[in-house]
Parts: sequence; structure tokens; C-alpha cells
Amino acid sequence: MLKILKYSFYDLMRSRWSYVYFAFYLLLGVVLLFLNNDLSKAVITLMNVIIVLVPLIGTIFGVMYYYSSKEFTELLLAQPLKRSSIFLGQYLGVAISLSMSLILGLGIPFIFYGLFMSNAIWDFSLLLITGTFLTFIFTALAFNIALSNENRIKGFGYAILLWLFLAIIYDGIFLMSLIIFEDYPLDKLSLIGTMLNPIDLSRTLILLKLDISALLGYTGAVFKQFFGTSIGLIVSFFALTLWVLLPVLRIVFKAKRKDF
Amino acid sequence: MFSITNLWSSTITVCATCSVKTIQQALDLAQDGDTIMVKKGIYKEANLKINKSITLIGEGLPTIDGEAKGEIITIGADNVTLDGFKIINVGVSYTTDYAAVRVVNSEGYTIQNLVLEKLFFGIYLQKSNNGKVLNNKVQGEAVTEFNSGNAVHLWYCKNVEVRGNDARNVRDGIYLEFSDNITIIDNFSKDNVRYGLHFMFSNNNTVVNNVFESNGAGIALMFSKFMHVENNVIKKNWGSAAYGLLLKEVTDVTLKNNIFMENTVGITVEGSNRLIYSHNNFTSNGYAIRVKGACYDNQIIDNNFLYNSFDISYNGRINDNKFDNNFWSNYTGYDLDKDGIGDVPYRPVKLFSYIVNRTPETIILLRSLFIDLIDFSEKVSPVFTPDDLMDENPRMKRIEHDRN
Repeated sequence: MLKILKYSFYDLMRSRWSYVYFAFYLLLGVVLLFLNNDLSKAVITLMNVIIVLVPLIGTIFGVMYYYSSKEFTELLLAQPLKRSSIFLGQYLGVAISLSMSLILGLGIPFIFYGLFMSNAIWDFSLLLITGTFLTFIFTALAFNIALSNENRIKGFGYAILLWLFLAIIYDGIFLMSLIIFEDYPLDKLSLIGTMLNPIDLSRTLILLKLDISALLGYTGAVFKQFFGTSIGLIVSFFALTLWVLLPVLRIVFKAKRKDF
Repeated sequence: MFSITNLWSSTITVCATCSVKTIQQALDLAQDGDTIMVKKGIYKEANLKINKSITLIGEGLPTIDGEAKGEIITIGADNVTLDGFKIINVGVSYTTDYAAVRVVNSEGYTIQNLVLEKLFFGIYLQKSNNGKVLNNKVQGEAVTEFNSGNAVHLWYCKNVEVRGNDARNVRDGIYLEFSDNITIIDNFSKDNVRYGLHFMFSNNNTVVNNVFESNGAGIALMFSKFMHVENNVIKKNWGSAAYGLLLKEVTDVTLKNNIFMENTVGITVEGSNRLIYSHNNFTSNGYAIRVKGACYDNQIIDNNFLYNSFDISYNGRINDNKFDNNFWSNYTGYDLDKDGIGDVPYRPVKLFSYIVNRTPETIILLRSLFIDLIDFSEKVSPVFTPDDLMDENPRMKRIEHDRN
């Protein structure tokens, strides 16, 4: 598996897309810091970018990589290799190289700007950690979609739809259901609703650090326990880990049974 | 004859080895105009009544221990000075407001450099005018509102100066009811269960250079008129019912040069007219200003609104307040003519704040892409928010306030 991981990783490192992705984040980081002159404000803006763009790029890139390396995969399948290690190796190669572009691309301008001297370092590291989680989650989901769809156009379509659903439509439905059922106690429902969507979950996780004062304005005891203590942080990370593990397990499961 | 006795005012010294061993004894001996010097030590005395115009000074912070028997010092004469004592163990009662020091129907008093601990009420001024309460330190142990008292309590008082006091862990740091022309300067109020500073039916008061931190609410101004609130720092009032400043049924108040920082709500305002908010900084609050209705003819001018989750929240469609020349960190417009004023007006009320007002749980969707989208469409064509509520001249750069 490590060999395939290494191969995928180097293959991607050499590819143009990784550089474009890296350059994009580098530019974003530089421009944000140049325009804002304030580290903590830049972190808030970055959050908006990360929770929208990282999933999108993870999905598209995952699907794209799977389809474009399909012939090579078929060649590998002819060798005496475990199927799970082939696919996991490819998956990790994509996810790790994407995360690296993200971390380096954003990290470098912030470090030059004086991140280590600032107290925004924890907010910033949290941002990068959730960004990495999101990359792993959405690349895994993309591989799932690609494995289940031979037709490339269909695969891309589903991938975009998945992103659209989790990034926007889900919140719309969530908001409507909260308003419709406003006469009932909604504490638990809203927390569960957040857990079920990795994008919402990452957003809440970062908000715990940044906008806590607004969130604490609400009276609900469940909310307060979640936001006021470190339970929120622990539960959120646990849920994010679960969000990585489940799709990865499905990749292994699906890859074993798939007829090539 | 009378004038001669005044000139011959004497000093009585109280200590464990002196001929006068208790403060009560000294009070019995003293005449108008006398000075009582109390040496360092612990005096277990309560219900001390000062009915003569005397000066009571503690040397080296002597302790008066009331042993929870009730009130400790009651002042009932004009021109009394109380200086430099540590007063502990006031009795707690649910029927009587026992205080460490109570001033009743007196004038010209000075109460200073006291340290009050284990108290119910701290300094209780009752129908007493023209006095000073200076540099006292009050450290309570309040947990709930109903069985705790206030550090400095003014009831029907006029022309009192409350300066340099430090009130922590009590119910209200400073409480004023029916008290006019009070000056509150340089006080520090922290971790109080209810309010840092509480006004009820009190007019023409000045609040300057105070710091209010981590209280249930920083300042509560209720049913009062003609107030000046300037140069105060109000921060970290967090919680479901926490405000930096609560304005309820007040009129003609000037709020100037204050800093509101990291509060759940910077200012909650209800039924208040003709207020002027200028040169304030609202930084990192959940809501900077939350307008709950019936507020007319207010002016919000030259303030900085920096990184608040919501700048302004309204719950009606009617607006009669003027927003002008503020700096909004959430402003996204441009300034083509380079005059420092944005060319597009700023709308500080977001649609999402309406949704949160209606269904508070939706706060969990704060900063999600969907919410940004509906906020944007509301900004382009206002349907739910008052369409005339906008800052026509939003500044492009943060205002550097002239603070001294």
C-alpha cells in the first residue's frame, strides 16, 4: 500500500493541478493578509473559504483522479496486490497531497506574517486541521462515487450534486425544519443536524473559537453544555473522524466486490 | 461656649492596651468634631451607631468583625468621615437589608479606603446627600441574586461622588434608585451576579472612566433621564441574558467614547428615545446593538463596529433612528471618489438576525453559505428589514477616537 501511496503522491506532486491548488491558497493567504492587516480577521474570512472550497476541490479532484488513473489501476489489479491496498493507496495519495497544498499554501504567508508571535495561532491551526479533515472526507466520498459509477459524466454530476447538497441545500432544509418546528424544543435536533453534515460540523467547530459570544446568547442548556465546555470540541472531532472512517470502509468494501 | 468646644476637638485613641478598648466606648465618649483613631487589631463589634459629627480613622487597617449579628456601622449625623477599616461578617437577612456601613438622612459624609468582606450589603446610602464614597474595596461571595446584596447602594440620594471603588462578587456593583446628580468615576466592577452598575429612576447622573467586566450585565440603565456615559470599558459579559449595557425606558442619554468588547450583546435597548451614541467601539460582540422596539429619534454616529457577529438587530420594520458616518468592518462597498466615505450605503441589519430573533436555535447556522446567500439577496432588495435603515455615509477607515 505504501508503495502505491508513494507513487500516487509523487505523481500528483508532479502534476500541474497540485501546483495550481497550492498557488491558489498561497495567493489567497497573501491577499487576505495584505488587505486585512489583521490576523484574526483574516482567519474568519479564511473560514468561509475553507468550508466552501476545500470540499468542492476535494470532491472534484478525487473523482478526476480516479477516472484519469483508471487504466493504471486496471494494470495494477493484474498484479498480485491486495485490492484494498491499491485503492487506499490511491485515496491517501490524493488526500495527502491536497492537504499538503492547503497547509503549505496557507501556512507560508501566515508564518511570514508573524503567526507564531500572534495569539491567533490556535484558531489558525484549528482551521488547518478542519481543512485537512474536510479534504480527507470529501476525497473519500468522491472515490465512493467514482467507484459506483462507470460513466464519467454521471460520476462528475453526482460529485457536484453531493457538494451542492452538503454545502448549501442541506442548510436550507435544516433552516426550514428549524423554523417549521419552532414550537418544539430544538436543542438536540439542531446539534444532531450539525453532526450529520461534515461542512456544518467544521463550521461549528471553528465558530466555537471565533463567534462564541453570539452562540452563547441562546438559552438552551444542551447548547450551553456543548459550546461552553470542551465537550463540543471532543464530540466534533470524534464525529469528523467517523466521517472519514465510514466512506473509507466503504471504499475497501466496494473495491473488493467490484468487477473490473 | 459652643464655638469653644468645637475648637477644643480632641482625639480619642482606641486599641487593645489603651484605656479605651472598644469603638463603642469611644463613640460614647466622643463629642461633635472629635477624631477617633483606631489602632490595628480585631474589634468584634456590631450595631455601632455614629450620631455625632466625628471622624473615625483606622490605622493599619483594623478589622471590625460583625460576627453576622446584623448591621455593623450606622451613620446618622452630618459630616462624618469613615476611613481605613476592614469590615467583615455582616448578617444576612431576608427581611432587613443589613449593611456593613449605612448612612441615614445625613449630609457631608466621606466613606473611604474601606475593605468589605463577607457582606450582605456593603455601603448603603439612604436619603443622604452631598457625600463621597471613595476607594473602597468590596469582595463578596454572592452566588444567587436573592440572598446577596449590593456593594454600593444609593437610595434617594443627591450629589454623591462614587469614585475609585472596586466591587466584586456581589449582586450589583453599584446600585442607584431615585438618586440624582451622582458622579460615578474610575470604579471597577467585576464578576457580579447581576449588574456592574444599576440605575433605577435616577436622573442627571454621570458615569465616566469605569471598567465593567464579566458581570451578569455591565450597566443597566432603567427608567432614567439625562445621563452621561463616557469613556467606560464594558467587556466579557457572557451568557444567555448578559448585556454590556441594558437601556430600558431611558431618554436623553449620551453614550460617548465607550468600549464594548466581547459581550454576548453590546447594548440591548428598549423603549428609549433621543439617545446619542457616538465614538464608541463595538468589538467582537455577539450583537453590537440589539434594538427591541419602541426606540425613536436615536442617533448612532461616528462609531466603530468591528467584527461583531451581528452589528444591529431589529425586530420591527419601522425605523426612526439615524445611522451615519460609522465604520463597519462588515462593509463591502467601495469608494471611487476617494473621500473616505463609501459610495454605497451600508445596511447593518441582516435578515438572519430576524430569523434568529424568531427561532433562536437557528444561530447554529451562523456563517454558513446558505445564510450568506439569503443575507445577500436581502441586502440587494430588502423585504423583511426596514428599507430606510442604513448608514448613508459608511466610513472606509476605522475611526481613531480621541480618548484621554
